[in-house]
Amino acid sequence: MATAAEQWVLVEMVQALYEAPAYHLILEGILILWIIRLLFSKTYKLQERSDLTVKEKEELIEEWQPEPLVPPISKDHPALNYNVVSGPPSHNIVVNGKKCVNFASFNFLGLLDNPRVKAAALASLKKYGVGTCGPRGFYGTFDVHLDLEDRLAKFMKTEEAIIYSYGFATIASAIPAYSKRGDIVFVDRAACFAIQKGLQASRSDIKLFQHNDMADLERLLKEQEMEDQKNPRKARVTRRFIVVEGLYMNTGTICPLPELVKLKYKYKARIFLEESLSFGVLGEHGRGVTEHFGISIDDIDLISANMENSLASIGGFCCGRSFVIDHQRLSGQGYCFSASLPPLLAAAAIEALNIMEENPGIFLVLKEKCARIHKALQGISGLKVVGESLSPAFHLQLTDSTGSRDKDVKLLQEIVNHCMDRSIALTQARYLEKEEKCLPPPRRRTGESRAHDQGGGPGCAALGRVLGPGGRLPRGTRTGLWSLPCDLGEACVYLQGGHRAAWVWTAPNHEEDAGYF
Amino acid sequence: MANPGGGAVCNGNLHNHGKQSDGSPSGNCVKNGIVKEAQQNGRPHFYDKPIVESFEEAPLHVMVFTYLGYGLGTLFGYLRDFLRSCGIEKCNAAIEREEQKDFVPLYQNFENFYTRNLYMRIRDNWNRPICSAPGSRFDVMERVSDDYNWTFRFTGRVIKDVINMGSYNFLGLAASYDESMRTVKDVLEEYGLGVASTRHEMGTLDKHEELENLVAKFLNVEAAMVFGMGFATNSMNIPALVGKGCLILSDELNHASLVLGARLSGATIRIFKHNNMQSLEKLLRDAVIYGQPRIRRAWKKILILVEGIYSMEGSIVHLPQIVALKKKYKAYLYIDEAHSIGSVGPTGRGVVEFFGLDPRDVDVLMGTFTKSFGAAGGYIAGRKDLVDYLRAHSHSAVYATSMSPPVAEQIIRSMKFIMGLDGTTQGLQRVRQLAKNTRYFRQRLNEMGFIIYGNEESPVIPLLLYMPAKVAAFARHLLNRKIGVVVVGFPATPLAEARARFCVSAAHTREMLDMVLENLDEMGDLLQLKYSRHRKSARPELYDETSFELDD
Repeated sequence: MATAAEQWVLVEMVQALYEAPAYHLILEGILILWIIRLLFSKTYKLQERSDLTVKEKEELIEEWQPEPLVPPISKDHPALNYNVVSGPPSHNIVVNGKKCVNFASFNFLGLLDNPRVKAAALASLKKYGVGTCGPRGFYGTFDVHLDLEDRLAKFMKTEEAIIYSYGFATIASAIPAYSKRGDIVFVDRAACFAIQKGLQASRSDIKLFQHNDMADLERLLKEQEMEDQKNPRKARVTRRFIVVEGLYMNTGTICPLPELVKLKYKYKARIFLEESLSFGVLGEHGRGVTEHFGISIDDIDLISANMENSLASIGGFCCGRSFVIDHQRLSGQGYCFSASLPPLLAAAAIEALNIMEENPGIFLVLKEKCARIHKALQGISGLKVVGESLSPAFHLQLTDSTGSRDKDVKLLQEIVNHCMDRSIALTQARYLEKEEKCLPPPRRRTGESRAHDQGGGPGCAALGRVLGPGGRLPRGTRTGLWSLPCDLGEACVYLQGGHRAAWVWTAPNHEEDAGYF
Repeated sequence: MANPGGGAVCNGNLHNHGKQSDGSPSGNCVKNGIVKEAQQNGRPHFYDKPIVESFEEAPLHVMVFTYLGYGLGTLFGYLRDFLRSCGIEKCNAAIEREEQKDFVPLYQNFENFYTRNLYMRIRDNWNRPICSAPGSRFDVMERVSDDYNWTFRFTGRVIKDVINMGSYNFLGLAASYDESMRTVKDVLEEYGLGVASTRHEMGTLDKHEELENLVAKFLNVEAAMVFGMGFATNSMNIPALVGKGCLILSDELNHASLVLGARLSGATIRIFKHNNMQSLEKLLRDAVIYGQPRIRRAWKKILILVEGIYSMEGSIVHLPQIVALKKKYKAYLYIDEAHSIGSVGPTGRGVVEFFGLDPRDVDVLMGTFTKSFGAAGGYIAGRKDLVDYLRAHSHSAVYATSMSPPVAEQIIRSMKFIMGLDGTTQGLQRVRQLAKNTRYFRQRLNEMGFIIYGNEESPVIPLLLYMPAKVAAFARHLLNRKIGVVVVGFPATPLAEARARFCVSAAHTREMLDMVLENLDEMGDLLQLKYSRHRKSARPELYDETSFELDD
């Protein structure tokens, strides 16, 4: 049927061809030729892009001078003259050949030179040697690692824990394991550098909210909700995370967790909590900020902490529900692609956990000491303490900035040196100023919150005032500190510049911007 | 695909080198010119042997069956997913909390398809827990699964004395405690384990300084800095070196840490084919000539990122050529010696020594202490201004806790041992033993007819298995025969190139290697793994024709 019809059409066409006038045929022929020409000729000319000759290329190569790999760095950069500690970094340390009382390490529970911890590590050294010689997947999983993960999960009362061989890499690997391009992360502006790097690696959309400002966070969440209503298809696959720290490394303040949990359920965003400073510090049993606020740990999707502060070992861990944590075993970059934690460090962490479980009183002692030091540090003219009284890291800040960051840093360094002369080891909180500002500028500047000028002129006057009490102060507290029954609880006293640059974008002509303080 | 190096160039080099050693003139002028130039610079120990590196392609039928295997696995995966969704098959995967069911799902479904349906079937071959030092033999904890690998249960038994072909214990320095580790014990007892501060604040110990000076001396460079984790050494220092407006040229098979570091830096990244000098030169030329795209400014600087030994391919970087290219185009060279430091070179100084080059030819020497030194952590070494800059600007120095003192002491001890500073020549003997073991093991595998990848001097030896089912069978059978091997598949390798990877150690005795080889021979027959069409007969002169047989 079909073929017959086609044939008939063909015949008709041929007939039509015969009947057509000559001019018609010629025109069609020209058109066909034109089409062929169009098909085979280039559609545009490349004349303006005349290629370089070989000689020109060689000249260009000859001509190009790269910048030096690293810019020169001045000899008196503070980083090049850092303090060298000889001997163990415990309560009493020898800094640059001088004996000092250590107020500069995060050894909150004093477990760093605990004989039990050392004995456990030694036993592990005898059995396993030092290195693991492989990532977890390839015979780098030791029974000690499994024990430690088990113990951490039990201690934190979660389903599962996963350990990393480096504290910094923990949260920096955990965030990109879940949050991908297109997802949205709401993050506190004061978040620590490891979080910043994790967010950068995740390539997600990052929304900063003012430090501990729940109203601001809610505003952003609401904005996002409106956005989602406009595009529900996209919203269905856009994960939302809130990343906060338990006790902020940069400010010493506690996150308002109950409000955060409320917001979590209201706006359906998952909470990632970084507890490096609060783990082993807050709460009755040292479980961190969840215990401190009495919040069920299941309400937090992921908790990450390092084992380098309270546990006085090396490494970090994440814990939470298996549904969440197990994913990192294949997707956490720092877990999969790095050699596992040396077993002796894992054994030390286990022993430290044992000690924490056996003596829950140490957390109370630590808290008391913190409160005492916090009180003692009040009322030094020229310096003020920021952060919570139960934070074991104190940030001392100049009440009146000298106007430039460099000068402030110098002034603080003088204070630190002065204390060092009096056998008190303090440290300035160090930041990479350039890197810290890598994220987009905040929408709202909060330069107005800068502390008022109370203590007279800046510079030498403030320094002079500090020096008097500065010499006395830590010593006075020290007697209080060490006379307590258990030999625990070193506070890390941080001295810190009048304006914190972390994530606060400072305009070039407005450098004294005091950030969110 | 079986030749990720881009056969032509790789083998071009090989021919070239081969010809050169024969003294015949070569037509391949670029490469040859570079080689000659390097020689003319008066380096006495220039690597004059031909670089023998093989990436034999699999026979067609193997590829067909491999893809068929994946196809079948995927098909069954869909079937089982369907059964799971109907509730016929029990789903063992952990599930979301009831309260959070209405949240946006944490994982996309297809993301986990591969894990759930393919990886889960053979999961028992990874993460095998051990309970002894990762020496030449180790003890594996026996575990069984009652639910098809979803969970494992330990039986409490220990499989004793499994021959360890998986750990990167190149020089056998990871071992349980003996008298030589006394200093580590002393440091542990004196210092404790943690440091609880960063390098910038109060975490620089005298041990760290001692170690850094020793590393600089070991590598014969001006200065070095050490970091607590090898992975982080890359990912946290590359961003300090390059940034926006800079170009990174990265080998396609670079380790995840280098890739992450490059990404975090904000520089533009371009990938060149694995060890392919033509590809690299083209990128370099174009970069210098045409500058940055769109804005047309010249690049601020160009950094080439390569590894010494590639951990999944067993190939060694073609360093002399890269050094020549980098000099010609004024680029900077960053070399990650994670696997090569301690394991290659006449005295274990890594690829720079292996090729008889000057350490100053490489701008940034990076390496880890995890492998040859039996410890943990990494270093960056080079000129003093580089290291000083990193001391001030490395993310790790400012924000991460410093290295644990006993770990630092283990590195010091190992490094002194290799350098002969302990008063013996045992270290040197280990390095030589490793080279001997490597050659022996590779030669025997070649003779048996397996397809193995990489440079014949590289102690990392990938043996190609291709098919996913064989991956599991291979690892399980060998564990039954008390041999622990590492098997890797997608996504660590290309989909169809699953492989086993052996890491030869100086601590392996000839008997151990023979036992492994004997078992591999049987396994090769049992699983039909001897894919190579260039099976060589056993003969002493192995290197004569190999370079001509490599490419097909």
